[in-house]
Amino acid sequence: MKIAVLSGKGGTGKTFVSVNLACAADKAVYVDCDVEEPNGHLFLKPEITEKQSVAVTVPEADMSKCTGCRKCVDFCKYNALALLRDRLMIFYEVCHSCGGCILFCPEKALSKKQREIGTIETGVSDNVTVLTGCLNTGEVSGVPIIKELMEKLPEKDTVVIDCPPGSSCIVMESIREADYCILVAEPTLFGAHNLGMVYELVKLFNKPFGVVLNKCLPGENPSEKFCRGNKINILAEIPYDENLGRLNSKGLVSVRESGQYHELFRNLLYKVAKEALQ
Amino acid sequence: MKLAAPVESKSLDAPICPSFGRTPYYALFDTETGNHEFLDNSAAASQGGAGIKAAQMLVDHGVEAIITCRCGDNAAQVLNAAKVAMYKAQDGTVTDNIEKLKNGGLSHLSEIHPGLHNHGGVKE
Repeated sequence: MKIAVLSGKGGTGKTFVSVNLACAADKAVYVDCDVEEPNGHLFLKPEITEKQSVAVTVPEADMSKCTGCRKCVDFCKYNALALLRDRLMIFYEVCHSCGGCILFCPEKALSKKQREIGTIETGVSDNVTVLTGCLNTGEVSGVPIIKELMEKLPEKDTVVIDCPPGSSCIVMESIREADYCILVAEPTLFGAHNLGMVYELVKLFNKPFGVVLNKCLPGENPSEKFCRGNKINILAEIPYDENLGRLNSKGLVSVRESGQYHELFRNLLYKVAKEALQ
Repeated sequence: MKLAAPVESKSLDAPICPSFGRTPYYALFDTETGNHEFLDNSAAASQGGAGIKAAQMLVDHGVEAIITCRCGDNAAQVLNAAKVAMYKAQDGTVTDNIEKLKNGGLSHLSEIHPGLHNHGGVKE
């Protein structure tokens, strides 16, 4: 079972929910898809067993063969190429690695080159296998790293996918393989607005989903109101608890420290498994 | 010298368009003959890389200098590689700016911004 954990904004508790859910399982794989700033490892502290480079294919020009026909420049819909009198400029951060320019070059002046954009680390933290995607500083898109991570997911184990914040391309790639989506939301108007964004996304992808309300305080909760108004299943309500804050600030996993939270996350896992199998 | 400036409409009395790569038209002006023409900017609707495509088009038309409010990094790389001079536009029409340039009243564009990527066309 693959569970994706997402939210419309950062700081709602995606990593908190993902890490604790994975640790509450008997055996699980935790996948950090927040490649711009992966932080699940701060809590899981995995022993790294493998580090792999992730590269994209980009064109490389041999100007001794180029006749200046411009087929490559005209083909590229992303405008990643510019031809000047004596040189072909290639803008790697604009290139989407489609390979079209290489195919279209009649002189075979363009060839494939691998360019590293990030890494994937594999490690172990007790009962949890940890996969961490990490985008190199300055790179534009982490999507190729997510695609590579998705290739590594086991079919049978419980897999928890910690998604990047928002509802953009990189989040869509992260939930593509998921059997179930957990939306984490804060009890604020801003939180409810951003919950609305990921709600639209999971509906568009036709994924079964439910909401975890995090940092709940007595009184009005706009995210809860949003759920009730749209008949969205609320899976769990996590209280605003200073003890949780303390455990988090020490980089500890709450379910490994507290019986109360172990039970909460076991129940959440059980609910999700039941819903995902329906 | 062949000059180019991004313009909102096909008129030398129009103000200079604040966007270099996604302007609807370019005014081309030859300071030796005094002739001018307008180019449709085919890059304006690009999903991405508009500045690169626009700069390529101007280089292909033999432009030697541009007058612009600002210019993104990628476009500037193409223009620099093609040795196209970049001048900072001032308030006023295209004609005003050409006159100022002729009199040495425009400075070189010193600030190149990192690009306004994905703000036009279809979002990626």
